[in-house]
Amino acid sequence: MSELSVDHLLGIKNLTSEDIELIFNTADEFKDIINRPIKKVPSLRDITVANLFFENSTRTRLSFELAEKRLSADVINFSASSSSVKKGESLVDTVNNILSMKVDLVVMRHPNPGAAVFLSQNVNSTIINAGDGAHEHPTQALLDAFSIREKYGEVKGKKVVIVGDILHSRVALSNIFCLQKLGAEVMVCGPQTLIPKYISSLGVKVETNLIKALNWCDIANMLRVQHERQDINYFPSIREYTLQYGLNMEILNKLENRITVMHPGPINRGVEITSEVADSDQAIILNQVENGVAIRMAVLFLLASKKHMNFKS
Amino acid sequence: MIKKQLLSEYQVSIILNRLACQLVEIHGDFSETVLIGLQPRGANVLEMLLSLLKSKGFSNINHGLLDITFFRDDFRRREAPLEANRTKIDVLLEGKRVVFIDDVLYTGRSVRSALDAIHSFGRPKDIELLILIDRRFSRELPIQPDYTGKQVDSLASERVLVDWEKKFGDHSVYLIKPKNE
Repeated sequence: MSELSVDHLLGIKNLTSEDIELIFNTADEFKDIINRPIKKVPSLRDITVANLFFENSTRTRLSFELAEKRLSADVINFSASSSSVKKGESLVDTVNNILSMKVDLVVMRHPNPGAAVFLSQNVNSTIINAGDGAHEHPTQALLDAFSIREKYGEVKGKKVVIVGDILHSRVALSNIFCLQKLGAEVMVCGPQTLIPKYISSLGVKVETNLIKALNWCDIANMLRVQHERQDINYFPSIREYTLQYGLNMEILNKLENRITVMHPGPINRGVEITSEVADSDQAIILNQVENGVAIRMAVLFLLASKKHMNFKS
Repeated sequence: MIKKQLLSEYQVSIILNRLACQLVEIHGDFSETVLIGLQPRGANVLEMLLSLLKSKGFSNINHGLLDITFFRDDFRRREAPLEANRTKIDVLLEGKRVVFIDDVLYTGRSVRSALDAIHSFGRPKDIELLILIDRRFSRELPIQPDYTGKQVDSLASERVLVDWEKKFGDHSVYLIKPKNE
């Protein structure tokens, strides 16, 4: 197997475990390349990629842009705050206008769940979902699992707890799909109000006590509380959340096992995780960011390789 | 499919021995030389040459493996998907004498990609090409080997296979023709 089974990367749900392995194996090579003195390869030199960000982003946008540039693709960037979207243009119209400028791949982040799927059905281009509302964030899940594989050799059999705002998190959902497809056990932990009612139907364990969850796991993925998506108060105060679900050195040192701490960023230091933990040698947060570029290069390369050139047209 | 043996394993071993001697003649103690096997099949030739050179008293020769997948010029133009292999070059190539090693030289396009890929590791003093089988008269680029095992005449529809996986028994070299010709 050396080709993805999908033509777009809309979510982890549509991928097979073979697809994920192929992405990881390709990312291994790209990780090697981005650590060389000359970090560029010419594979995508005849490809143009549009990064459409209808929602704020730092890490993902920079990571995608860097991945595209390291593959020698031409890149155009778009952010909704400074565009015609403000003037009332529809999503399909906006994207079709961009595609008529001969763009081959579209990387899109959008606040609405399902926006990437909708786009893939309505425009003629390859779509990569860089986060759609509270639905999926596939490249983040891939880089998280890739970082676990890098640290432990394999993902299979590992116990991973995802702590925090599960309800509003696309990272949580994509991580659950990805880790399960690779044979890991997944638990979610957070205040009852921030855990979706039917989450256990996905086959994950649910725990509301942080210490119990941390004692169970090998790896803890600490999520940020997504205030921007919360229209009501889900817990009394940030201080109370930190007391119940914040990870500090004291808790970490008291655990039976030495666990690995992950965070998809951006970190709210002192809320879900203290500075000491974030900067400790048990955290692999910056490795995750580095792996993000390699994973995105692999995804772009593998999807672009499915766009066969037609010189007859 | 019709297969014809071009070289037996014994003949291959004699040729490799000669190539190893030629390398010694030109590169002396190999202190400034790095042997680079082109992935995937150049790695097999490299491995055999290294063991022959070791038996001649040349151990600790700098060597590495180069994967050219991301530098190929037929990306998105060929039917079969490209699959990457491992690049493993632990030495800096700046100012070194590099020898590319591969099993079959056909169009020359892989070597062109390798010339592109190698510059990520520094600027070598010079680059030579060692080839086990040279399919002459089939080059699409102005690339010729410096060390040649055996020259072979073949049609574009035919394949030259060095049987590294011992599919047909041993490390022989075969010319494979499609049945209808």
